[in-house]
Amino acid sequence: MPKSKKDAPSLEQPEQPEPEPAQPKRRATAESMATRQREISVSEFFTKNRHLLGFDNPAKALLTTIKEAVDNSLDACEEAGILPDILVEIHETGAAAKAGDGTTGAGAGGTSGAPAGSSRFRVVVEDNGPGIVKAQIPKIFAKLLYGSKFHRLKQSRGQQGIGISAAGLYGQLTTGKPVVITSKTAKGRPAFRIHLRIDTKRNQPDVFSEETVDWAKDHGTRVEIELVAAYRGGRTGVQEYLEQTVVANPHMALAYVSPKGERLEFPRVTSDLPREAQEIKPHPHGVELGMLHTMLSDSGGESVKDALVESFSRVSPAVAAQICKMARVSPKTAADRIQGEDLERLHKALGEVKVMAPPATAVVPIGEELLIAGLKRRYSNAEFYASTTRPPSVYRGNPFVVEVGLAFGGDLPLDEAADIMRFANRVPLQYQPKACAISESVYQTNWRGYDLQQPKGGLPVAPMAVAVHLASVWVPFTSEAKEAVAHYDELLREMKLAVQECGRKLAAHVRARAHAQREEKRRSLFERYIPEVAAAISAILDLPKDKIEKPFFAALPNFVRFADEPGTPPDGAPPAAAAPNDAPTPPPPPAAARGGKGGKGKASPRGEQLELI
Amino acid sequence: MAAKKTAPKKSAPSTPSASSASKRSDRDALTLGKIEKLARQALAQATKGGNPALDIRTRTLSNVSFNEKKRIIELGDRTQSREFFNVAMARKFMQTMLVASGCKTLIGEDKTVSIRQMFYMTKHTLPGSSENTFDDQSESDPIIEDLEVGIDALREELHLFANRRGLVVGKLVVNDAGDEIDLARMGRGGWGIPSICEPGHLAFVRNAAEFILLVEKQAVWHRLNEDRFWEKHNCILLTSEGQAARGARRLLQRMATELKLPIYVLVDNDPWGLYIYSVLKQGSINLAYESMRMAVPNVRFLGMSAFDYKKFAMPPAAEIKLTKEDITRAEQMKAYPWFKDAKWQREIQATIDNGFKMEVDALLTKRISFITDEYIPKKLRDRDYLQ
Repeated sequence: MPKSKKDAPSLEQPEQPEPEPAQPKRRATAESMATRQREISVSEFFTKNRHLLGFDNPAKALLTTIKEAVDNSLDACEEAGILPDILVEIHETGAAAKAGDGTTGAGAGGTSGAPAGSSRFRVVVEDNGPGIVKAQIPKIFAKLLYGSKFHRLKQSRGQQGIGISAAGLYGQLTTGKPVVITSKTAKGRPAFRIHLRIDTKRNQPDVFSEETVDWAKDHGTRVEIELVAAYRGGRTGVQEYLEQTVVANPHMALAYVSPKGERLEFPRVTSDLPREAQEIKPHPHGVELGMLHTMLSDSGGESVKDALVESFSRVSPAVAAQICKMARVSPKTAADRIQGEDLERLHKALGEVKVMAPPATAVVPIGEELLIAGLKRRYSNAEFYASTTRPPSVYRGNPFVVEVGLAFGGDLPLDEAADIMRFANRVPLQYQPKACAISESVYQTNWRGYDLQQPKGGLPVAPMAVAVHLASVWVPFTSEAKEAVAHYDELLREMKLAVQECGRKLAAHVRARAHAQREEKRRSLFERYIPEVAAAISAILDLPKDKIEKPFFAALPNFVRFADEPGTPPDGAPPAAAAPNDAPTPPPPPAAARGGKGGKGKASPRGEQLELI
Repeated sequence: MAAKKTAPKKSAPSTPSASSASKRSDRDALTLGKIEKLARQALAQATKGGNPALDIRTRTLSNVSFNEKKRIIELGDRTQSREFFNVAMARKFMQTMLVASGCKTLIGEDKTVSIRQMFYMTKHTLPGSSENTFDDQSESDPIIEDLEVGIDALREELHLFANRRGLVVGKLVVNDAGDEIDLARMGRGGWGIPSICEPGHLAFVRNAAEFILLVEKQAVWHRLNEDRFWEKHNCILLTSEGQAARGARRLLQRMATELKLPIYVLVDNDPWGLYIYSVLKQGSINLAYESMRMAVPNVRFLGMSAFDYKKFAMPPAAEIKLTKEDITRAEQMKAYPWFKDAKWQREIQATIDNGFKMEVDALLTKRISFITDEYIPKKLRDRDYLQ
């Protein structure tokens, strides 16, 4: 290849003055270039972008595979109205084999050999969900970018439809083994078992084999993927993911078989399914320019005004007319003909128009009671639990709810930084804690105000686990890897308010506990001194010692009170009444107050409509 | 001087031996009664389900006052109740009871121990813990003082004494626990002042002195003793060796009242020296409850005065620059009600104005025995003292 012009001066002729700008020699023609232009295969795309999809390394690949499968199962069960029973198994099937040595030719040119320390695993995720009709199975599991969730605004775990098929592809590329799907849709119907591959050239499913099998289950889906991966413990491990999922999904029953053959069971603690999240149309305040263009283009010859009313939530004909007026666009213009500056003005008007907040019914929090029930599943021996679910709020036209739960004391480690669990739509976030707005909200809270230790700018040091859940129709992640929540002011503020509210509940407990400890200390002090005093008095008065000890011990309860009794001990200072430092934080202004306008009435309970914004 | 040659109480009754033993056992019985009363009260309060408490008069500056008439510092009536069922006081309550019990044992066995020995008598580790009843003597000493004021008994009556401090030589014969001692025959070492100088223990047998001179420093006392000052001037020569201990103060007071001799005090010319004089004269804040037994209101301040610098033409070598601390202390002294008199204000202010202090030892800048044959005789002759 000829050396490029810009490299030349520095390498070949550093001191030479630049010659007269001559026309560079043409290197290729459009025709010659056209010979190199071709469709990019999904395997190539995948290999180059796997960090975006959560397959950057073998340990993460295992986690991502399980995560995508479990998320899908839970979403499916909830959508169908079934209480989920989920089984996760990881079997180690042998040392890692080199990619491309399998039976498939499709994987050739995929990932090269597996990194050291990894091994071959077979992952099984089985649910009791509604099952999948046979015809859809290949597309769902063996076609990238296929799904039902991308095209709608509805709170769900998966958002992009890339996950599970990417996991299948990863397995195929690393082991050459097909994905095995077993599914049954109802009692009496047959269960199908399908072996699938992805034709990586065409991004099309390739059914390898299919059979009908006997399956004792009434309905459900079983996914089996074999892949080269690494099994790790710790914060980013599979077990951590499952245990956190157990916290955020108290209605789920989970059985887990680890590669070592250990079996963990988490029975469900509630038979209340989460309320079904309502699908909503985009809100005018959150729409992006490109999206708006697509919406208008797809309107099929309608007028702008009608298209706006049709496509957006909270846009009445009157509001639509106002938007058109603000954008100086005739309401009768055909929507698909709006372009250029008109489009930009319309976009601006949509962002500025006064309009009701989106319906909060689109957001389904876990709820205070169930969040505690979930925490108790994982931290069964804590001494205190608290939770807070904030009223719904809005950022960029997206409704959201923040909730915080915490477990404190008991067998939680005493002198370590608190354990922070981050959830987005009930899905644990395990990577990139430092980049996440959720972590930020915990860091920014002054836990010393709640009588806990907290190194400057650090996490509180306490026997505590904190779970923060963000439920929203659209969770803004910092990147496509969906690992950390972006720092939107409205989100961060709500998160902090939730953490603080929960922290205050904890503080009341911590103080009561400290008081009880003080009382216990006082009591033991008196109990230690009474024998001394009695011995002295008995020596002075020539009386038996026990005759003196008895009345002293009898009088003791008159002077030692316990935490649950009213009043303060006679000599002790009253328990510190100091309010936590952040106590002056005013009650959260209603979500509507964010723009400084509207704001009549307070934030309404979930399920009702938010007020004007 | 009026009381010359012999002491007013002579012969038989003045010897503290067999005859005074019965008097002592009477006092012991009285003290025992006080200790028992304390214990019985605590027990009675606990039996009623109440909070056992001891009332102890507070020994702080805010609870002492200067009695203009008697010219001594007196302890006020404000008391603090030391309760057992009170986290802040329980330990001290226990300690007070331990000391009370220890004193009862001492009285029962007719033995006397030092306050340090009392610390060890009552110190032990509480069963089932690493806590000691007392951690060090600085904890037990105030408890002893508390017990003294709490049951209104003197330290001697509790059979306790502090380390002895102070020396005497001079024209006096005393009887100490049955031994007759001629203080004119004590050589270079002098007679150590016992911690307990109560009538039951110590009596004056014969006095030939005309006055008493107390010097703050042992070195100065030694200078005067070597020069036989007491012989030439017919006096009793004492040193308190710094701030006067109870024994020395009690001895001085008994000499003043029983021998009726004038007392002169020679201390360094600085606020600390003046405070030694002040304690001898009207008592201390901490031991205000003992003032009537120990203070000698008419004790005379012989020196060193700030004005002696000029009077005796002292060389600049005698000066030591005043520190900030010295000045602060001097200002405090000026504010004491017992130094309100113009002559004292003038004296203290003169030190401040000089900007320097002087040690008695500085008189040696003149001559070794300048103090013996010139400074003191001249001051006495000129009646150059404050009172």
